[in-house]
Amino acid sequence: MSTHLEPPTRLAEPAARSTSRPAGPAGLPRLLNAIPAQGAMGLADHLDVHGYPPLARNRRERRSASALIESIERAGLRGHGGASFPTAVKMRAVASQRGRAVVVINAAEGEPASMKDRTLLQALPHLVLDGGALAAQAVGAEEVILCVPESIALEGPERAIGEREEALGGESPRIRLATVPDRYVAGQESALVSHLNGGLALPTFTPPLPFERGVGRRPTLVSNAETLAHVALIARHGAKWFRELGTAADPGSALVTLCGSVAYPGVYEIEQGSSLSSLIDAAGGVIAAPRAVLFGGYAGSWVDGELLRGLALSDEHLAPHGASLGAGVVLLLSKDACGVAETARVSRWLAEQSARQCGPCVHGLDALATSIEEVAAGSARGKAGQRIAYFASLARRRGACSHPDGTVRLIASALEVFAADFSDHAKHGTCDACRRPGELPLPNGRTS
Amino acid sequence: MSHRLRVNPITCEAHGMCAELLPERITLDEWGYPILEEGPLEPELVSHAKRAAQACPTFALLLERHA
Repeated sequence: MSTHLEPPTRLAEPAARSTSRPAGPAGLPRLLNAIPAQGAMGLADHLDVHGYPPLARNRRERRSASALIESIERAGLRGHGGASFPTAVKMRAVASQRGRAVVVINAAEGEPASMKDRTLLQALPHLVLDGGALAAQAVGAEEVILCVPESIALEGPERAIGEREEALGGESPRIRLATVPDRYVAGQESALVSHLNGGLALPTFTPPLPFERGVGRRPTLVSNAETLAHVALIARHGAKWFRELGTAADPGSALVTLCGSVAYPGVYEIEQGSSLSSLIDAAGGVIAAPRAVLFGGYAGSWVDGELLRGLALSDEHLAPHGASLGAGVVLLLSKDACGVAETARVSRWLAEQSARQCGPCVHGLDALATSIEEVAAGSARGKAGQRIAYFASLARRRGACSHPDGTVRLIASALEVFAADFSDHAKHGTCDACRRPGELPLPNGRTS
Repeated sequence: MSHRLRVNPITCEAHGMCAELLPERITLDEWGYPILEEGPLEPELVSHAKRAAQACPTFALLLERHA
């Protein structure tokens, strides 16, 4: 297990650093191999550690660049941005369209608890850029756009892009940097495309999907930063190597942002299918008994803390519990927290994050947040559970993007996992735990 | 060939004309936004659906043809 212990800065937990073990390409760490204790790995060191990216140098080699898509397909790589969509399917869809394609590296990472994409970009930018460049050649793109949140320091990515132009030159497709507003829905694919086309950074009505008509009306591959970092290694070592870690259904490794009540929260690289307990051990153990674990962030699902010992980290293992690894957020809620108060805070934040474009999302998420706030305050009248279920049914699958669906998913799992809290609140109103500052992280250190 | 209805939720402004013209398939939620019954349209409803789509003030109701 490798650790990169730049703790999520939005969380007020103690910082820690440890040295990562040296490892061969087969074991862990893969992505986080030789990660510098501070700052970014420069291009020379990157090439020392990983070797040159197998970029095509001429037309003939470029024709065989599509072999990379086959390799990614055999590797079984799926996206690490949240939706777990097969990467090869997406790449092939872009490659089969007419006209020059565009590759968008999505490092917008709007999920408040997630830190893995910005960690990767700030510490190991060339792995991400290699992946973007290789994917570009495979789908026939000459332009790569790196999308980062406007709140992060741009010097690192700018320097990395500059280094490549000098050293790799013609072998590497042109890469440009673009900033994205710090907003939950801005990292959604169609919102990124709209933003890059000079429009608002808000989701659009689809189809056309980005692979059909994206940036500059060109076929566009939008891929998560970590996903492309895996592409950079699959291009070098192949599909068989990739499958030496993980399970048949969920091969390889994954970055997770572990946060909440553990001693050393941070970004870790795990083997797919490895146990949650071993991840928690690597993070110095729990600092308070966890009552529930949130997987995938605020469009994800809660799993009861009682089940913690038996949980393994992969989509296949988490599916029976109604959860998935998604974008890799693993958040431990302490037993001192109130499940209703936490759900109320986050539901309100999610309602505020609506792009305010679609009526059922605007009204539905607001009504959901209000209903949960009423339960939290003990002012709910009648059957609050039924009302929440009713508004959930009105919000689900009725927006242009999946923001309402993700919010409904989170609330539905909270109702299940925190059922006792909800019924206590319905009967007795606020509890002692309600008065504690919120544990679930929101941007700008917001706690209520 | 079958016909299906779709709403563009971004352009829909809850005028509610569609539910008036095609109550067989469209109801309104408590904020006035349409809830569409899923599945292909019965052939006898297609002309009514066409009229509903044309009557939408924001052209948010879409009648799609599938081969």
